[in-house]
Amino acid sequence: MGVLLLAELDNGALSASTARIAAAAAQLGPVDILVPGPRAAADQAATIAGVAKVLHAKEALLADGLADLLASLAEGYNVIAASASTTGKDVMPRLAAKLDIQPVTDIVAVEGANRFVRPIYAGNALETVTDPQQKHVLTFRASAFRPAASGNAAPVETLDTEIASAARFIAAHRTQSDIPDLSTAQIVVGGGVSVGSAEGFKLVEALGKTLGAAVGATRAAVDAGYAPNDWQVGQTGKIIAPDLYIAVGISGALQHLAGIQGAKKIIAINTDPEAPLVKIADVALIGDLFEILPQLTAELEKSGVKR
Amino acid sequence: MKILVAVKRVVDHNVRIRVRPDGSGVETNGVRMSMNPFCKHAVEAAVQLAEAGAADEIVIVSIGPKQSNDVILTALAMGAHRGILVEADQPLETLVIAKLLAKVVEEEQPDLVLLGKQAVDDDSNHVGQMLAALTNRPQATFASEIKLDGHALEVTREVDSGRETIALPLPAIVTADLRLNTPRNAALPMVMKARSKPLAVRPVAEFGVDLSPRLTVEKVSPPPERAAGVTVNSVAELAAIIATDVNEMEAI
Repeated sequence: MGVLLLAELDNGALSASTARIAAAAAQLGPVDILVPGPRAAADQAATIAGVAKVLHAKEALLADGLADLLASLAEGYNVIAASASTTGKDVMPRLAAKLDIQPVTDIVAVEGANRFVRPIYAGNALETVTDPQQKHVLTFRASAFRPAASGNAAPVETLDTEIASAARFIAAHRTQSDIPDLSTAQIVVGGGVSVGSAEGFKLVEALGKTLGAAVGATRAAVDAGYAPNDWQVGQTGKIIAPDLYIAVGISGALQHLAGIQGAKKIIAINTDPEAPLVKIADVALIGDLFEILPQLTAELEKSGVKR
Repeated sequence: MKILVAVKRVVDHNVRIRVRPDGSGVETNGVRMSMNPFCKHAVEAAVQLAEAGAADEIVIVSIGPKQSNDVILTALAMGAHRGILVEADQPLETLVIAKLLAKVVEEEQPDLVLLGKQAVDDDSNHVGQMLAALTNRPQATFASEIKLDGHALEVTREVDSGRETIALPLPAIVTADLRLNTPRNAALPMVMKARSKPLAVRPVAEFGVDLSPRLTVEKVSPPPERAAGVTVNSVAELAAIIATDVNEMEAI
């Protein structure tokens, strides 16, 4: 018995978060990774340390097909796990209900073979649960775990499965950018509604580019159309855990704070010294972001920060 | 078309919650409660479909204590037609909730079930997907746009890489994300009218579902506190701090 882990794929390529959830899963037993996508992604998954075997299957994009595929493989495993990404959130509860299992999701710490910690109430409380069921269905927050090393050469087995889905995929509308992935980025620069416009976000992006950082936004900024929806950080957006988070013009609504609690260091740039985010920041600079950002980006360029 | 919308009564999302000192959970006594925000978007989507002539009946279901009547009334005031309260006083796990909703779906035979994508108390994000599995219906989670095209839906979903559009045949399950719509605040006459709409109260035992929890909650604890830091006075100072941090960062 062991863990069957659903690989996290992004546009057919293996996502960096797969190595992180593999590290989380490896605490529970030997890990077989299921890669429903291109062969190259399966080959890359085989290099992740701690992986016993890669199961390569035809591409499946929709929840019902993926849940059926996982269910057909479930018998040989006592843990079936995935990332707490939009894919994992879509698929794993469906799988769990099919198998009559109560899942444990958004796990941020593994405290034993069946003891897990998960945030509730937007991260304002942490719940420790024991799962005495024979089989476990789990999702891990990738940002809460360090990635497993590479250098492995696990065998790749091709599954001959037909995946059927009642739903039909029509189109992906991807946000085109060369910015690092938010949920696994080491540095994130985030902008709030005070940034004022999509044009204003260019200043945030410029700082991000200098630092090799991912760019995030608050729900209010996304709702106002200043930033695309996949930049949203918070309870209902992405959960981030960078080493450094620079929050620009963000007051710190509860639902945004929920998404950044894993950040090691927080820097706040804000006009309001009383803003909740300034209160929890490790370093704060009080002032007008439109003056500060260009200067800060220029200073950092000049000092030649290397990433 | 008949639409069933499931709604949950939760601690109001504007309340700063407090973890009980004994670690037994989050304090909900004397705390303002309201309809889970995502459920409001689901109700609004149903009402908009009815206003567009695509739906002729909207049934609201909530599972919880007697006070959950309040959130059903809110949904009725927004424009839904009748309500069902499955009255249960004990906390129920998401799998149990999905099984109870599956029974309601069996009785009501709705063409579309709308739910919020997650409740802001336990943040589980399970029930819609589970209900889809138990009723063997296709699902579209995290919807930011729903279009009805004859007997099929075209749903745009908010996903990690941006958005994607999928088509699904009815009957189907859809869960609502925040940008699906702007929920209305019901005007006073609608609130008054809601009180005269049918609302059936059904004891949870009637449904023959095993309610016992599968998981054991060991404890609930507050997250580690962040202490206030320092305020710097110049951009140069801040740039120096950032440069030092970045240069010391461990490469991964």
